[in-house]
Amino acid sequence: MSWEPIKKDPSAWTVPPNLACYEKTCAGFSWEAIRRELDGLPGGRGLNIAHEAVDRHANGALRNQLALRWISREGQTEDFTYADLKEKTNRFANLLGQLGIGKGDAVFALAGRIPELYITALGTLKNGSLFCPLFSAFGPEPLQQRLSKGEAKVLVTTTRLYRKNVAQLRASLPMLKHVLLADSDQDVAEDVCSFQQGLAAASGEFTIPPTDPEQHALLHFTSGTTGTPKGAIHVHQAVLMHYMTGKYVLDLHPGDVFWCTADPGWVTGTSYGIIAPLALGVTNIVDEADFDAERWYRILEQQRVSVWYTAPTAIRMLMRLPIEPRKQYDLRHLRFIASVGEPLNPAAVLWGQQALGLPIHDNWWQTETGGIMIANFASMDIRPGSMGRPLPGVEAAIVRRIDEKTVEPIPEPGVDGELALKPGWPSMFRGYLHEDQRYRKCFQSGWYITGDLARRDADGYYEFVGRADDIIKTAGHMVGPFEVESVLLEHPAVAEAGVIGKPDPIIGELVKAFVSLKPGCPPSEELRLDLLGFARKRLGSVVAPKEIEFQKSLPRTRSGKIMRRLLKMRELGLPEGDTSTLESAV
Amino acid sequence: MSDPEIKNAVFKILRRIAPEANLDQINSEENLREALDIDSFDYLNLMIGLHEELKVEIPESDYRSLGTLGELVRYLAGRLR
Repeated sequence: MSWEPIKKDPSAWTVPPNLACYEKTCAGFSWEAIRRELDGLPGGRGLNIAHEAVDRHANGALRNQLALRWISREGQTEDFTYADLKEKTNRFANLLGQLGIGKGDAVFALAGRIPELYITALGTLKNGSLFCPLFSAFGPEPLQQRLSKGEAKVLVTTTRLYRKNVAQLRASLPMLKHVLLADSDQDVAEDVCSFQQGLAAASGEFTIPPTDPEQHALLHFTSGTTGTPKGAIHVHQAVLMHYMTGKYVLDLHPGDVFWCTADPGWVTGTSYGIIAPLALGVTNIVDEADFDAERWYRILEQQRVSVWYTAPTAIRMLMRLPIEPRKQYDLRHLRFIASVGEPLNPAAVLWGQQALGLPIHDNWWQTETGGIMIANFASMDIRPGSMGRPLPGVEAAIVRRIDEKTVEPIPEPGVDGELALKPGWPSMFRGYLHEDQRYRKCFQSGWYITGDLARRDADGYYEFVGRADDIIKTAGHMVGPFEVESVLLEHPAVAEAGVIGKPDPIIGELVKAFVSLKPGCPPSEELRLDLLGFARKRLGSVVAPKEIEFQKSLPRTRSGKIMRRLLKMRELGLPEGDTSTLESAV
Repeated sequence: MSDPEIKNAVFKILRRIAPEANLDQINSEENLREALDIDSFDYLNLMIGLHEELKVEIPESDYRSLGTLGELVRYLAGRLR
């Protein structure tokens, strides 16, 4: 089915888009010019994300402007001006200094969306340390892998999460010296202390040390098809990308109220839930609660949100409800809506147009790219189902594989291939922590190979086709099948495990596990539940399988690898194709 | 249906979603999703499961007021009466 493009009518714009003409902006674009729109550290001492996001506004005209409004689960708000944020993040940077944490040391956060998380992120960057967020629904297994691989020295978390998922891991984390509890009034042990007390005792004055634009700033873990999660490293000059995409894609203007619904445990929630809006000097809304349709519409109305960045899973959940947002809520301040996480189906784009009076602008990027790479822009017609066109300063291509190490761009349109990007944009990852080989493998014939399959039409619009590997995208989050299989295999009854993404109308894909059992362990509902609970306890709800199915044996290749592709085809009822390389085509 | 019976029905569905949870330890005014590490997908399945088990309509617009075990039991009791 082909969908009519959504035309943009310039006469209807209440605010002219920052990117008024795509071609013109691309032609005149330079990273040097973007760099000049930022301040840099005073005295030419480099470039630091936290200075661009906080201090430069706090030191100037935006000092008393609302930087961050936090809405608690109960609905109370807590406001931080740019001056407040500067002072709090100064205190946190000083606290890190007192703890002996310096340049390059890793500071991790494991918490829901609470103010302390934002103070930790920005204070860590000020201190020149490395900030790594963790999703609060991770179970002990994913946490252990990430804290250990990332060599976490400090962890900011809450009492509940610490007791439930971290305390038991301490013996296996010798590098972790300090735990700071955001919600504890007092120190609990010598190395488990109160965040607030530490902050109160630290000075509110801090000078950001000289920061090389290439200094490591952020660490984001992302799942791979095999092995443990990869730690993608980003540098301070990634802020050029955060700023530029905030300006051109999210179309942020002075006075805007911006709401990114993503959790900072994932890259979107950090790049766009913390850094980009602050770098642009607008007001950033943070809601502690999880998805709730009426609450969300109320936030859009009451906070007068003008720019909203959300995700397909949430949009599809909103679409299910018999709410008429434009009739029931005053959404007149809303000007621009964007979505990321997985491809936005055309019906959802059109729903936005009908229900919210605004089309939803899909865009594409990934943890490794650090910022939005391909987007539908405010000024550009939308082709529903397309993720749009590459950002100014970003060169994309569809490539075909020549051999294992060589690719070449496909010049003609309409051909499926691997989506590739020309390296050189500022927020490109600079490595996978301690895994140089894995990093190098991502680059072939001068291109960064994204692992996504896509096609490009004759006008340069890109459309997502699928993943080139077995990575599962569930509710916008990447889950590596290997991580899930490894945990299932630790259960005493399990002989083999194969994990796939099963298509789901709401969350895109759900994690489904196929399991074969050891001799003497007959399948039963009791065992299935035991296995489910086992996986949930170890992995947390976000990674653990939602469905488990027993099979007598799992299909393997002659070399012994479980054929996830075949499991998926069977699940979908598709023809299985050539199975001649299989050991047991059961 | 009495409150304990409704609670048992809720537990029955929860055991299918979060089999590892110690349901007897849940405080009735604690947020269920947080206490049991239930994401929005699991929560949706809880509501669908309750609908099937108790034959009671639970409009999605009511989900937001059903965060705790106490709220859920009171709501279902009202609906079943």
